[in-house]
Amino acid sequence: MDKYNYLDESNAEKLENVNPKLYKKADERQVTADDENEDVVDEFDSREVFDIVRNINDPEHPLTLEELKVVEEELIEVDNEKNNIVIKFTPTIPHCSMATLIGLSIRVLLLRTLPARFKITVEITPGSHTSEDAINKQLADKERVAAALENNHLLEVINQCIRIKD
Amino acid sequence: MGTLELRQSLTGHRGRVWNVCWHPLGSCVASCGEDKTIRIWVSKGSQWVIKTILTEGHTRTIREIAWSPCGNYIASVSFDATVAIWDKKSGQFECNTTLEGHENEVKSVSWSCGGQLLATCSRDKSVWVWEVNDDDYECAAVINAHSQDVKKVRWHPTSDILASASYDNSLKIFKEDTADSDWLCVSTLTSHTSTVWSLSFNSAGDRLASCSDDRTVKIWQEYKPGNEAGISTPNDEPVWKCVCTLSGYHTRTIYDIDWCKKTGLIVTACGDDIVRIFKEESDSDPNQPTFSMVCSNETSHTQDVNSVQWNPAEPGLVASASDDGEVKIWFYSD
Repeated sequence: MDKYNYLDESNAEKLENVNPKLYKKADERQVTADDENEDVVDEFDSREVFDIVRNINDPEHPLTLEELKVVEEELIEVDNEKNNIVIKFTPTIPHCSMATLIGLSIRVLLLRTLPARFKITVEITPGSHTSEDAINKQLADKERVAAALENNHLLEVINQCIRIKD
Repeated sequence: MGTLELRQSLTGHRGRVWNVCWHPLGSCVASCGEDKTIRIWVSKGSQWVIKTILTEGHTRTIREIAWSPCGNYIASVSFDATVAIWDKKSGQFECNTTLEGHENEVKSVSWSCGGQLLATCSRDKSVWVWEVNDDDYECAAVINAHSQDVKKVRWHPTSDILASASYDNSLKIFKEDTADSDWLCVSTLTSHTSTVWSLSFNSAGDRLASCSDDRTVKIWQEYKPGNEAGISTPNDEPVWKCVCTLSGYHTRTIYDIDWCKKTGLIVTACGDDIVRIFKEESDSDPNQPTFSMVCSNETSHTQDVNSVQWNPAEPGLVASASDDGEVKIWFYSD
């Protein structure tokens, strides 16, 4: 039986990328006067979405997706009016078997955090993975995502990835 | 342009509603979803009210339901890999039969026009045909023709011909080989460039409409051996050709499509929250038909529309189901 059901991949135990490159974290968001003004509507922007996903844990290293540059603010597009969010993520290596799991974790965290009106697209940064089309298709298939999230084992793994450390 | 008027919103499901299905007489409608229940709504005067809630048939999401042609049975399929058959022999709908065999999520179910055959399909890439004999269900065929997750199965309106749609971007047509009662794929319909989510035959069964993640609707025409258009038919089998592609109308994945057997109108359910209606032009060439959009109801739902179906008895009446947890009853008029 495949381990993650949805992932259709068998071996997720051994470390694939033993020495990942580390990147500097972004500074905290600068709070402006408007941010604290209750009369101003704060629309969602890419920085806000980035702040939601930056602390997701990598499935195999005690590091965040931001520290591994898997997610970047520049690769997040938010169209508030059209309720569209497109987020691209970059696997650390081009044959990473964790790519679907990482994409799914981003998706689940955004589904739980953002208002239901948003249509969320999670895709691999073009050219950064050998199976990007197949993975993008799985991540975009809401029926398969829904079925995957009814798999308790997989849900546990995802919850570990999106849990914020103390 | 026509208008799509909201008759009623039916609330009660918790979470996403995946499917709606009208009773063959059109007097009630069933819905199902991630809350693992089937709800049956009946028409009382001008209102639709909940009549029955069926629970405990499945342990996971119920993906689709289908009324038998006689209206006495409901088949439901679930992510729990089973098919449940509900009957009302006791006076109330009860699940007295569970069909097992698929390896994982069952995605779709359909009864043949005579009610003697049931088809199911699954993420395990297979299509199963079950023979129905006095409440006894026997697997007649396991068809492994698709290379990926099979999303939808639908029987032909008048004969025992089956069509399926898949994540492998194709549709397939199956028929029983009378010589050895084996079920064979007689045609593969390729043209879509991503997952085909659903399909629907027209009333004559010589055309079908399909919808896809590639945001298009395609109309396929059957050409029988010896057809007047001169389309060649190798192996003496009918050939299905894509004769029309409707692109540029839908902005996201199209999850469902239904071709009204009474009016010929086509309705679609889209991931951009909109229900749209298409009509064939009156002077349309049958070999190169043209369809135009006659209605696009902005924000029909507040989230993705997953399912749409025309009422089989009352022309213009449509039911839709959405991720927003609601079932809606609409009336279309020109």
